[in-house]
Amino acid sequence: MNDERNLLPYWLSAPGTLAMLAFVALPLVLTLGLSLYPFVPGTGVGEGLTATHYLDIARDEYFHTIFARTFGMALLVTAICVLIGVPEAYVLSRLSPRWRAASMVVVLGPLLISVVVRTLGWALLLGNEGVINKALLALGLISEPIKMMFTFTGVVVALVHVLVPFMVLAVWASLQKLDAATEQAAASLGAGPPTVLARIVFPQVIPGVLSGGLIVFALAASAFATPAIIGGRRLKVVPTTIYDEFLGNLNWPLGAALAAVLLVIVLAVSLGANRFVERRWKQVFQ
Amino acid sequence: MAFLELDGLVKRYGDFTAVAECSLSVAQGEFVCLLGPSGCGKTTTLQMVAGFTAPTQGRIVLDGRDITAVKPNQRGLGIVFQSYALFPHMTVANNVAFGLEMKGVPADKRRRQVAETLELVHLAPFAARYPKELSGGQRQRVALARALVIQPPVLLLDEPMGALDAKLREDMQIELRALQRRVGITTIMVTHDQGEAMTLADRVVLMNKGRIEQLGRPFEMYEQPNGRFSSTFLGKANVFEGVCEGGGVRVGELPLPCEVGAAAGSIDYIVRPEKLAFANGSALVRGRVEARVFLGNHWLFQVATPLGTMQLTEANAGLPAVAEGDEVGLTWRAEHVRVVPRGA
Repeated sequence: MNDERNLLPYWLSAPGTLAMLAFVALPLVLTLGLSLYPFVPGTGVGEGLTATHYLDIARDEYFHTIFARTFGMALLVTAICVLIGVPEAYVLSRLSPRWRAASMVVVLGPLLISVVVRTLGWALLLGNEGVINKALLALGLISEPIKMMFTFTGVVVALVHVLVPFMVLAVWASLQKLDAATEQAAASLGAGPPTVLARIVFPQVIPGVLSGGLIVFALAASAFATPAIIGGRRLKVVPTTIYDEFLGNLNWPLGAALAAVLLVIVLAVSLGANRFVERRWKQVFQ
Repeated sequence: MAFLELDGLVKRYGDFTAVAECSLSVAQGEFVCLLGPSGCGKTTTLQMVAGFTAPTQGRIVLDGRDITAVKPNQRGLGIVFQSYALFPHMTVANNVAFGLEMKGVPADKRRRQVAETLELVHLAPFAARYPKELSGGQRQRVALARALVIQPPVLLLDEPMGALDAKLREDMQIELRALQRRVGITTIMVTHDQGEAMTLADRVVLMNKGRIEQLGRPFEMYEQPNGRFSSTFLGKANVFEGVCEGGGVRVGELPLPCEVGAAAGSIDYIVRPEKLAFANGSALVRGRVEARVFLGNHWLFQVATPLGTMQLTEANAGLPAVAEGDEVGLTWRAEHVRVVPRGA
């Protein structure tokens, strides 16, 4: 019997598997390898194996600040996306079919536009000579432009805008499985709408919040275009630092080491959060 | 004064009329079943009582208070949903405690009341379980406990047995009946199952096409259906279109027995299958047995007669003498016949 096992599934999945190996696994292994070579100023990548880059990252305050900023930013963006995305998805799911279709286009529309273009749009809004400051100055609400470009807040605002559709989509998928009668049941037991949302709806869409949160967190921590344009050189995050190491300082091994550390931390946080949430709310995960 | 009064309830969705007119008085402690085929407006009526659907017209008065415009979370009614709608992320005890918590009952009193109510529905050992870890019947009892624990003035049940298999359904019906009597709570249940309605209800409200077709105690309604719909929805019936003139009834050219007093005009002639018997001597109609079906406690015969196919049931007392293909005569008594004016 075993000899006659159907090999078709393996053949069918082979192209995908090979593409994954060639374009994801192999570059990762190469990057990891590169991070272990020494850096020789002037020449670039030297001979032999060394862990100096990892030790530098572990010791140097400069890198600590950048990593702290990157993950602080990613966590904050994730939290804001949960706060905005969950109610947004809930409202969407309660609209009449016609309004829902129109609203979905509005929510997902930004995904059709390049991140760079959207971020440049934010730059136009947030700059000292930008739309927001000009409007506030014209209204006489402020006398000096508020500094929003090249600030932590500016980057967070722009990233939230870019990433919130992912949260909406994930929570939306969870809401589809929600039994609307549970909300009615809670109402019949005396719960007002805010209580129903917090105690009944939210806990049941935790799986969607989790998957949305993981996507948003990973994308925020590894975002390049938005921090590069809104944050600039002064507000470095890990991805922009990697870019600078590779193309500015030509220190490829250090850049590779930074990339490896970023990957490991994102993976560790994601897996940790996943395990924690699935255990804490195990009843809503089938 | 009735405890719960539905006064001329109407619900329209655009051009579609879900409930054309529903007026109903429910006494305190009464168990009323809204019975009807799907789309008859029974669920919409229940939803209006619950407050989830606003009536287009009409009033709902509970214990002298007009609650038509009161929000569902202010009505304080106990509701058991068809899907049970248990909170999957909460234990059985927390599900039941939710309503008390919303009322601001202190924690120790809450625990005591939850324990008592779980005891009432025989679920005390399952307090720490989650809904997913329970069987269908147990879930239904959690839903019941959750609705009863807040001591609502009225209990609303929306097809509560729909998700249970036949055997369990019978057990739960009897249990529900006993529980309702013991607690003495005014109950309105929606069902499409006529057997369930007859088992449980003090009064059955038979609905069709958004209107109340007939209203009465199960036995009265079964014995005195007021038309073709009632007689065939509640139990089985042989119904023939006929004419009543000069105090006698004719179906086709055949004169048939009926009690005196029927109004002249076109009528429905209704007689239940169990009221029919095979005639040894003079028969009212003659026909040929098309089918003989064994149904456990009784036998069902289908007889092709000049009036049309007639159904006859007979208690199971061994293998019947009449077999398929036999020519038989049928007879019944005038007092078992209902003659109802047609189109009324």
